[in-house]
Amino acid sequence: MADEVRTAQPKEFYRKYLEQGVRPDNRELGEFRPTVLDIGSKNGSCISTAEGSALIRLGNTIVICGIKGELAEPKTETPTEGYLVPNVELSAVCSPQFRPGPPSEQAQVLSQFVANVLKNSQCVELEDLCIAPGKMVWVLYADLICLDYDGNVADACVLALTAALSNTSLPVVRVDEETGKTETDFKEEKKIQLTCTPISATSAIFEDNVLLVDPTRQEEELSTGLVTVVTDGKNICSLEKPGGSPLKDQQMRLCIERAFQRHTEACNLITQSQGSTLSTLTSPLVDR
Amino acid sequence: MEVMETSTNSPCLAALTCVLGDLSQADGSASFTHGNTSVLAATYGPCEVRMSKEILDQATVEVVCKPRVGLPNCADKYRERHIRDLFQATILVNLHPRSSVMIVLQERQDDGGLLATSINAACLALLDAGVSMKFLVAAVTALIDKDGNINLVPEEKPSDVEASASLTIVFNEKDLQVMGVTSSGKFSQEQYDRSVSLCRKATEHVFKFYRESMERKLSKSV
Repeated sequence: MADEVRTAQPKEFYRKYLEQGVRPDNRELGEFRPTVLDIGSKNGSCISTAEGSALIRLGNTIVICGIKGELAEPKTETPTEGYLVPNVELSAVCSPQFRPGPPSEQAQVLSQFVANVLKNSQCVELEDLCIAPGKMVWVLYADLICLDYDGNVADACVLALTAALSNTSLPVVRVDEETGKTETDFKEEKKIQLTCTPISATSAIFEDNVLLVDPTRQEEELSTGLVTVVTDGKNICSLEKPGGSPLKDQQMRLCIERAFQRHTEACNLITQSQGSTLSTLTSPLVDR
Repeated sequence: MEVMETSTNSPCLAALTCVLGDLSQADGSASFTHGNTSVLAATYGPCEVRMSKEILDQATVEVVCKPRVGLPNCADKYRERHIRDLFQATILVNLHPRSSVMIVLQERQDDGGLLATSINAACLALLDAGVSMKFLVAAVTALIDKDGNINLVPEEKPSDVEASASLTIVFNEKDLQVMGVTSSGKFSQEQYDRSVSLCRKATEHVFKFYRESMERKLSKSV
């Protein structure tokens, strides 16, 4: 019975649950789905050929992130800065709403969002990517691929990227001043230092007044707006509310508060999974 | 075609200027200038919609942002999405099912606060076209400098370079609640709260400016 109502009258279905302060998947309004994080290292799991990688499961949503390093010449105006190029791919694998071919608008918007988060938080100092000023720098390509789209890909992307970057190590490259030749030492590796860990938390607005954190795809479709807050634990790195229904100051404050909570949770998760290969963040309430 | 120019000066914002209806073929148009940033907006519709974008019970809002030179890039797409989502919630879309409202925004000059200026230009163009809306919207950009001072007027030049953070906040006219936010740079919650209250005051001024512009456009000279 419940399934029929869910398909035929999704709004009514959700309304009934939300009146009781729970969601159809047993979550509370401010609760994230169980998060599984798998950070790859050179000899570990995930993508072993990449410089850094991470795979995240947020409920059914799966995003994989690979970081590749290449050498390039810096721009003339910023001779000591490397490049960090994020790209989000919403391939046809992840949902029937995406078609094969050039990146959809949503993919472009997500890529821009991730690029903004990196720029605003300055978690990677671009000057650390410099090998020889004016001559050679690292270009880090961060490719984020969504494998299963069940809502809230933005949060999954930011977490996957932060986790992958926190475990990225690059071989030491030396440039011979006179000949200009490069010498790569694969035995010696240097880890990238992150100045902060940006973590995002998205809430969906349901019927103009209920805020659902970490929305599933159905919740996203039913929502009348999304709010994404990215924090680094102390400050807000990015606050995005693209249109949708108006929000009271108090509700916005709740979103920010939740983002700070999520930051603590997610940081613990990253630290844990760096020790082991697989970490899960589940609350005892959740049983799916 | 009716051309009307209104301009105003306020203590908290840079000078606002607008010309309503200066495009003869568009259903509504507005050229909006805030300080040194200028955007030309044109709207068409409600008119026929492409099959793939058709929504059964409401109108589809389409937004196109044209950069000054070259092809639109990811940042323009991002702006488009923001403005589209905003107006999808602002226009009474249920009045025109299976049709399209198109907003075209041409950047003329960018000296900071392009998103805010685009939103204000789009709102004025829709007002000029007489598209029914739930309420008016207006956006203001606040700049937070390194010492934590919040400023609405970009002094001299580029906002984003000098300031440590900037926030573009969109309010509705009905109860002055936050419709949309975009930010760049890092800021604290306290700075956010202060920016909201400061921008809220400034948008009242923008709404007053909207009203004055429309009054001038609609009044007859004897």
